[in-house]
Amino acid sequence: MTTAPAKAGWRFRQPSVIPGFGLTLGFSLAYLTLIILIPLSGLVWRSASLGWTDFWAIATDRRTVKALEISFGTAFIAAAINVVFGTIVAWVLVRYRFPGRRVIDAMVDLPFALPTAVAGIALTTLYSPKGWMGALLAPLGIKVAYTPLGIVIALVFIGLPFVVRTVQPIIEEIDKEVEEAAATLGANRFQTIFLVLFPGLAPAVVTGFALAFARGVGEYGSVIFIAGNLPYISEIAPLLIVIRLEEYDYAAATAIATIMLALSFAMLLVINLIQSWTRKRYG
Amino acid sequence: MEVRVSNVRKEFDRFPALRDVSLDIKSGELIALLGPSGSGKTTLLRLIAGLERPTRGTIFFGDEDASNRTIQERNVGFVFQHYALFRHMTVADNIGFGLKVRPSAKRPTRAEIRRRASELLDLVQLSGLEKRYPAQLSGGQRQRVALARAMAIEPKVLLLDEPFGALDAQVRRELRRWLREIHDATGHTTIFVTHDQEEALELADRVVVMSQGRIEQIGTADEVYDTPNSPFVYGFIGESSSLPVKIEDGQIWIADRPIGLATPDLPNGEATLYFRPHDIELLDECNGCIAGTVAASRRVAGTRRVELEIGGGRERIEIELPVGHPAAQKSRVAFRPKRWKVFPKVDQA
Repeated sequence: MTTAPAKAGWRFRQPSVIPGFGLTLGFSLAYLTLIILIPLSGLVWRSASLGWTDFWAIATDRRTVKALEISFGTAFIAAAINVVFGTIVAWVLVRYRFPGRRVIDAMVDLPFALPTAVAGIALTTLYSPKGWMGALLAPLGIKVAYTPLGIVIALVFIGLPFVVRTVQPIIEEIDKEVEEAAATLGANRFQTIFLVLFPGLAPAVVTGFALAFARGVGEYGSVIFIAGNLPYISEIAPLLIVIRLEEYDYAAATAIATIMLALSFAMLLVINLIQSWTRKRYG
Repeated sequence: MEVRVSNVRKEFDRFPALRDVSLDIKSGELIALLGPSGSGKTTLLRLIAGLERPTRGTIFFGDEDASNRTIQERNVGFVFQHYALFRHMTVADNIGFGLKVRPSAKRPTRAEIRRRASELLDLVQLSGLEKRYPAQLSGGQRQRVALARAMAIEPKVLLLDEPFGALDAQVRRELRRWLREIHDATGHTTIFVTHDQEEALELADRVVVMSQGRIEQIGTADEVYDTPNSPFVYGFIGESSSLPVKIEDGQIWIADRPIGLATPDLPNGEATLYFRPHDIELLDECNGCIAGTVAASRRVAGTRRVELEIGGGRERIEIELPVGHPAAQKSRVAFRPKRWKVFPKVDQA
């Protein structure tokens, strides 16, 4: 087994004798190239035609920077909120049997299926100062619609199923004996949950966070209705791209898109690395 | 710590898993709960641990009623069949967990916890594996870690639920001897559940034989093997053969012949005769014996097992003969059990 010298780092592991490696790898590469790599490299190519100085000018333009900040910031906050509440929802759905459980379970998937624009309009109606929720919040001085807070709420709505559906199967797998073992060792319920159960869920929670975050960064349809789209305040990067396109400024649009692409890729890569690290440890 | 189980009954959805069980366990004893699946042995263990609450009855730890104490307060070490280790923690963190979660007044320092963990790892012969994760250990090693983790909290009682059930035969035998050594060294009151009679008889000071939610017999290995007190124990522990017989005036009859065994205390009527296949004497001539036609003969390890048809083939029993014994060649064998027991037929109400 260990004829090859044990070198640290990358090593090509011999596939098993069962055939299929060459064919499936070749297919995967061709497919990914066609579907993802070619369109994205077209994007980079197009923005490269700008030249470095122009690209830098667009990238550091205050409106661009603000839009990117809002997009990534709200997506991050929304994903963080979804991690907390999505995990609780998943926990309740797995652990308890109550009337209506199946209905709630099905409801979780609705944000997947609903056209995002519909979600955006519905949320705007609810949270605008005259809407049901907005009217309740207005006296408290909280404005939701047409502010970044509105964007967060839209993204929480959109991202919820990603967290619930990744965490749910892992909670189902938790061995009841592990909880009992913690109890016999003297751990109270709080300690059992925070020292034993949650660390075991961490890899799934990180995945759910990554998916919800990625979805939030790219979200367009629901956000533009509730955000109000005020430049420097509640204008998201995807919208800025569309605005540039409408101005026939294709170079600027692709430049912003390229920056988003690079940032998203970097963040997802880091999240994936964290994940493979935790997986390796827990086996 | 003495453990006393007093008239405990446990029902699951009105189905009784334990019916009125009482059991006294002395301090420092090693006790096996032995029985087929569904006999209630694991339920009894979980009741002692506090993982289930009895429907009726009381469990005492020493003189103290433990029934209303929570699992955490009972301070028992519990070892699960499938280890139940915390897979995101290292071996050392697993073992130290019980100390780490103590309230701060009673919690040892971190250095002290680490020292205890490596001491226990020495005890379970896994020194040097502190930094490993459970996924990197073999089944036998995991179970040793689980035992070290249970012992770290200095439990009053150590409870093991089929501790070797998921391991292969070789490792099982090894761990069995090792558990006995650990028990002798630490002196914890220990109760373990098993369905493997060899394990129970070899390891335990006393064996509790259970069936259908009841305790059938409690005794040392010698007692439950040599003097079983019920047909179930006779059949469950060791090899046994049984024959339907009739008792008339203190004599045992098979069909229309007395077989030369007397049981003066039992009333007349139907009964069942139990004996061990190897505990017999062969007879040359039959005036008062069990006689049968040889139906099959098999070599099993150091003996020859002969299957006999008794009473024209209605009953088949097995006896064991030494290899090369001439009787195995004959077509008809007459014998009499040397040690045996008769249980009167009970009406299955």
